[in-house]
Amino acid sequence: MEKISTLTGPIVPLERSNVDTDQIIPAVFLKRVTKTGYDDALFHSWRQDPAFVLNQEPYRHGGILVVGNDFGTGSSREHAVWALRDFGITAVLGPRFGEIFRGNAGKQGLLVGKITEEATEALWAVARANPGEPVTVDLEARTATAAGVSHPFEIDDYTRWRLLEGLDDIALTLRDEAAISAFEAKRPSWMPTTQDRTPQARTQGAS
Amino acid sequence: MGKTLAEKVWDDHVVVKGEDGAPDLIYIDLHLVHEVTSPQAFDGLRQAGRGLRRTDLTVATEDHNTPTLDIDKPIQDPTSRKQIETLRQNAAEFGVRIHSLGDKEQGIVHLVGPQLGLTLPGVTVVCGDSHTSTHGAFGAMAFGIGTSEVEHVMATQTLPLKPFKTMAINVEGELRPGVTAKDIILAVIAKIGTGGGAGYVFEYRGSAIRSLSIEGRMTICNMSIEAGARAGMVAPDETTFAYVKDKPHAPKGADWDAALEYWKTLPTDDDAVFDAEIFIDASELEPFVTWGTNPGQGVSLSGEVPAPESFDDPTDRAAAERALEYMDLKPGTRLKDIAVDTVFIGSCTNSRMEDLTAAAEIIRGRKKADGVRVLVVPGSARVRLEAEAAGLDKVFTDFGAEWRFAGCSMCLGMNPDQLAPGERCASTSNRNFEGRQGKGGRTHLVSPLVAAATAIRGTLSSPWDLEAAEAELVKDGVA
Repeated sequence: MEKISTLTGPIVPLERSNVDTDQIIPAVFLKRVTKTGYDDALFHSWRQDPAFVLNQEPYRHGGILVVGNDFGTGSSREHAVWALRDFGITAVLGPRFGEIFRGNAGKQGLLVGKITEEATEALWAVARANPGEPVTVDLEARTATAAGVSHPFEIDDYTRWRLLEGLDDIALTLRDEAAISAFEAKRPSWMPTTQDRTPQARTQGAS
Repeated sequence: MGKTLAEKVWDDHVVVKGEDGAPDLIYIDLHLVHEVTSPQAFDGLRQAGRGLRRTDLTVATEDHNTPTLDIDKPIQDPTSRKQIETLRQNAAEFGVRIHSLGDKEQGIVHLVGPQLGLTLPGVTVVCGDSHTSTHGAFGAMAFGIGTSEVEHVMATQTLPLKPFKTMAINVEGELRPGVTAKDIILAVIAKIGTGGGAGYVFEYRGSAIRSLSIEGRMTICNMSIEAGARAGMVAPDETTFAYVKDKPHAPKGADWDAALEYWKTLPTDDDAVFDAEIFIDASELEPFVTWGTNPGQGVSLSGEVPAPESFDDPTDRAAAERALEYMDLKPGTRLKDIAVDTVFIGSCTNSRMEDLTAAAEIIRGRKKADGVRVLVVPGSARVRLEAEAAGLDKVFTDFGAEWRFAGCSMCLGMNPDQLAPGERCASTSNRNFEGRQGKGGRTHLVSPLVAAATAIRGTLSSPWDLEAAEAELVKDGVA
């Protein structure tokens, strides 16, 4: 994963709330077995409308997406993050997000920052007044700055650190291999197993 | 201070306690895998030269893409076929047990875990599917994950997870006949909204929850995600133990005794404190239905389509306006006057024996309304077999419904079971999002009882309406 410190791009205003992951990428595009090439699928239904924001210049090539409440709710499909990334969205700012979506974004190097509803409105207003106006997202300082105004954003310390360092989660966890093995050694034998239970145990169970 | 059920399960799964804001590393007892969210994860393992750590804690099935007709023939859609073939190849390569189309244990992944006895109280369950919350009905901590996390669990059998808050959903009182678990959860989501549960693990409590079967509890926990919660749980009790016992993979003999002893320690302590609580009076609930395009946009079936102006919050108002336009509904329309084209009985929310039995009891001996397509899709091959043994397939087909093979089907329309643009559906599934059941399709979420009554009358209806209509006939001397 690449390290992120600051990101700059046009404010892409998506002035809607409750944008679920079925809207971000419809299920029909989930049949692929690859992890890239989803740019055409992003907001596929809404993009049939020429007036939709992502069909407009200067938003056709991505930027920093600014969204309403409850963005990324619903299905766990990580394809939603891949599609945003493939389209050229490098960060998403908004007041409230679906939790699985936010987790997926963090794993894939897509910065998701929580800003207030007031800051959301302010950034939308900047984009309305001056389409293409850039916003600079500073991960170190946790600020989003546009038209000379800085808005703080929230991101948890751990995700921020991983994004700043560009660290792979699995490699990090495997440093704890000894702890995982020790935990496994203590797990009780009644725990689930997809293998057949032993014949001896089965006999006991029948008695 | 005592601990909640969720805190107990969590604490017993901490491998490494996170320090300085780092997440806890949590052990995963059961990983369920399906064809849609796994191919990129298997690929990741291959690229990194990693193996799958615990094949004995991993099980795969095919559900999202599978056809519900002609399952003995090759899958026609080449991309669906490729995805399923990819899962089969990956399962063979990495040594994962798989229940493929045609196998008795194939079906929606959230039915497979419970029916095999793999889903147990006090365990952690994950799957690359948001409705993994279903398994919380057993007192397991279960949540949906993305593909990066699927790969992480495959490689390490753990997940780094941030702490959560707890919310008690107290449902007290007795449900009236005709009101079901589905109506409870739709009412909960309408009350707190689609983001109201963000950051929380729910615990469903109270006399109404205790009196539900495990299958009813699964329906409720299944939709926890629709309120934004990370997971939903119900404390295990005698109902749970009786359901689990003697399932194929349930612990046996001394293991069973040890498990039972542990499970009885899991319910929330009397002096434990929840971070938030809500209260619902079950006796006041009526059959519920959604009118909009998110699961929080629901009202009692006896009500009307609300006016956007009735919402104080400007965001809610804008969402309502957009939803009504998409749904082609006018404010003030009586919900019972809304005619449907399709009725779908199925999905991980409502496709178990209890759901099919309840729907069959309503329609037995009747005919479906003219012009309404009725699709009945059992959640698993095992449910299909049990239903056929009980003669339910005959009840459905005599009624005029289509009796299909198991899978996710029209819940999300990844297979050919889809709504056409503009088509309206009463659906026992979990999401009424725009285009969810097919591009341009319109979804009303309902219980199996409401689905059955709607299929009879052709308009959104509950069993109460059938009784009222019959009473009217008796009064008029017709019957």
